[in-house]
Amino acid sequence: MKRLGVILLALSFVVLTAGAMLELGPAAVDLRTLVTTHLAESGTRHPVTAVLLNYRGYDTLLEVAVLLIALLAILAVAERTDTPPTRAAHPLLQTLARVATPAMIVVAIYLLWAGAHRPGGAFQAAAVLAATAVLMHLVGLLPGWSTPALRLRLAFAVGFIVFLAIAAALLMQGALLQYPPSAAGWLILTIEAGLTVSLGLILAGLFLFLSRDEDGG
Amino acid sequence: MSDPLIWLILLPLFWTTLAFLFGPARGAWLAITGAAAQLALAVALALKVGADRTAHHHPVGGWDAPLGIDLTADGLSAALLLLTQCVALPLFIYAHRYFRAGDPTGRYFWPLAGFLLAGMNALFASADLFNLYVTLELVGLAAVGLVAAEGGTRQLAAALRYLFATLVGSGLYLLGVALLYGAYGTVSSAMLTALVSDAAPRLVWIAAALMVVGLMVKTALFPFHFWLPPAHGGAPAPVSALLSALVVKASFYLLLRLWLGPFAALLPSFAGFIATCGAMAIFWGSWRAIRAERIKALIAWSTVAQLGYLFLIFPLFTAPAALAAGLTQVFAHGLAKAGFFAAAGVFIKTTGQDTVAGLAGAASRRPLTLFAWGLSGMTLMGLPPSAGFLAKWQLIELALDRGLWPIVYVVLAGGLMTAVYVFRVLRQAFLPATATAPHHKVPRTLEWMAFVLSAASVLIGLRAIELVALAGVIA
Amino acid sequence: MMSSGLLYALVGLALFAFGLAGVVLIGHLLRRILAFNLMGSGAFLVLVGLAQRNDLPDPLPQAMVLTGIVVSVAATALALALVRRLQALTGKPELPEAEDE
Repeated sequence: MKRLGVILLALSFVVLTAGAMLELGPAAVDLRTLVTTHLAESGTRHPVTAVLLNYRGYDTLLEVAVLLIALLAILAVAERTDTPPTRAAHPLLQTLARVATPAMIVVAIYLLWAGAHRPGGAFQAAAVLAATAVLMHLVGLLPGWSTPALRLRLAFAVGFIVFLAIAAALLMQGALLQYPPSAAGWLILTIEAGLTVSLGLILAGLFLFLSRDEDGG
Repeated sequence: MSDPLIWLILLPLFWTTLAFLFGPARGAWLAITGAAAQLALAVALALKVGADRTAHHHPVGGWDAPLGIDLTADGLSAALLLLTQCVALPLFIYAHRYFRAGDPTGRYFWPLAGFLLAGMNALFASADLFNLYVTLELVGLAAVGLVAAEGGTRQLAAALRYLFATLVGSGLYLLGVALLYGAYGTVSSAMLTALVSDAAPRLVWIAAALMVVGLMVKTALFPFHFWLPPAHGGAPAPVSALLSALVVKASFYLLLRLWLGPFAALLPSFAGFIATCGAMAIFWGSWRAIRAERIKALIAWSTVAQLGYLFLIFPLFTAPAALAAGLTQVFAHGLAKAGFFAAAGVFIKTTGQDTVAGLAGAASRRPLTLFAWGLSGMTLMGLPPSAGFLAKWQLIELALDRGLWPIVYVVLAGGLMTAVYVFRVLRQAFLPATATAPHHKVPRTLEWMAFVLSAASVLIGLRAIELVALAGVIA
Repeated sequence: MMSSGLLYALVGLALFAFGLAGVVLIGHLLRRILAFNLMGSGAFLVLVGLAQRNDLPDPLPQAMVLTGIVVSVAATALALALVRRLQALTGKPELPEAEDE
């Protein structure tokens, strides 16, 4: 009964909203021209990167904080045991993973560099790095993580600290995160490089801290 | 350090990152120092906004809206920033003594609480609907992490219910933002306020409904309150206090912001519906609080009820006094509820159990804490000269003025029901203790912080004129 | 002739609604997390698709969606961690019956 009600409600919502979408006229504001006009001062040649790290860089700063929160919460609930023994996979898989790892790291660096003028950037690069770590873990070359030591905590936080420090330093001479157009390019690259390391490790950590818990049931 | 608004966001982000670097269970003094500095900043900001009588803007990145994100502090944001820091500082001192060394629950309290504060400050400062979505998630996930930290089955289940509720709430909000961006091409609150009229396309009405319902879920307004009692009632006392006093107010604030800003032309059509939910919340929440067996469950259900009052103001707009009544209630409930949970933490540590029945003898053993309970209870019941009295009095006066009789009855009946559950605890505390009842030592700091918060909830009533004047500065 | 942007928005709308229904109806927590992800992806599709209903790319919602995806990754990871712990404690991937608080 509840099932039927919810499904009917969802369907009628879709029909109603779809109808409203179809009758929508043109939008009152068009930001595309603004984005392009200021692209030269933004320190990057790719409009999406410009929005992500310059025009709306503040969103990105807070989004890194969201990832750190997820990591902290996982650390807080994860069971406090020593690292469980890793199960080694077939040697062939291990060899393949060893071969793939350097290539994946090169791809990550390329993606970071490409972000300045085409799709790519810190998050994509970090995702590839994290995937490398997960792959290494699954074949038994990288143990699951337990309570992080200072060095690992520093590596988790360094991207956020660099971002925050640059944002605050720029506040001293203008607005929060207001890059001077001449320095915008390398400031953004510095932030992205720090983020690649930290986000790669955080994303890997979301997986590797979890893997400490053996499956229940 | 020129701009207090920005530093209210940056400072907690800095100290919370440092606390994380220091390692598990470290960083208490860092957090307390940080919270004290934030309180000074919030006072400076409130004084500045109050003196200038204009809102304070900060275009992030030097890009004005709609290209960039505009941070805005008007009287309403300045007041909530002030309340947040006022509640956070005593609670941090409390938490420092509450989590004993080696207590696994407190290991990640400081960095999570720091991100929670940063997220709330960012939320109160933002005037960009998409940026507000990010801050909502920041606050929601940090709160879920704090609830889950104890790690028992009950806390994990409560945290998961909370997580799904908060994610559904922000998902509805995000879809609303997506529809608004589609319709107007901007997410700037100020620009949307100018663009949206009651002749808006149907899609915009749907967006408004989605966002209102999403925020109702996140504020735990009846009938979306199901997640609140287990989450707030199951967490450690300092966490419950932060969540009940502040976190639910963040989504209420956002609803108010939309009401006063972009959706000013649309939302009056929803006012009756929302106020009805508020009235139901008062009755159902109070009833469950009266019947609750555990102290923290009683307080959590009381939060469900007291949140209901906040939603009674919507049919009373456009009167500026409605906003003042709402803001006074936010202050009264925030301080009183933090005092309630702080006092409950002392009782639970003393008796070793979380039951109302176990309170017998508390009057002679913990008189200061019981006094704190009484003061907070006074505020929630709405006795003069507390802030709670002023809020309810303003509500009744406005409702009489508009001839909205049901609101008058709801406020009066709610006050009586509150008295029942407040006195239930007091009565039990005055009963003689059984000889076998355990009696553990509790740090005096905990008792004093409960008292400070509760006393503030009464005394703030004496500064209500400044508060109301501040609420009049609306962007 | 319907533009591809509008088509994306309509599909996103349907995904959102079905995902939401899933979150409300499904008891198995892993599937409920998947339903939540479906809901989020739907909202992202609407955000990008509706803004590009005249088929001109708009970088602003694209960047917002990238932000949104990262937020939803964080939320998913947190949800998975909680579910895993709960399953380790109770042996079941479902929420225990709500106790009468």
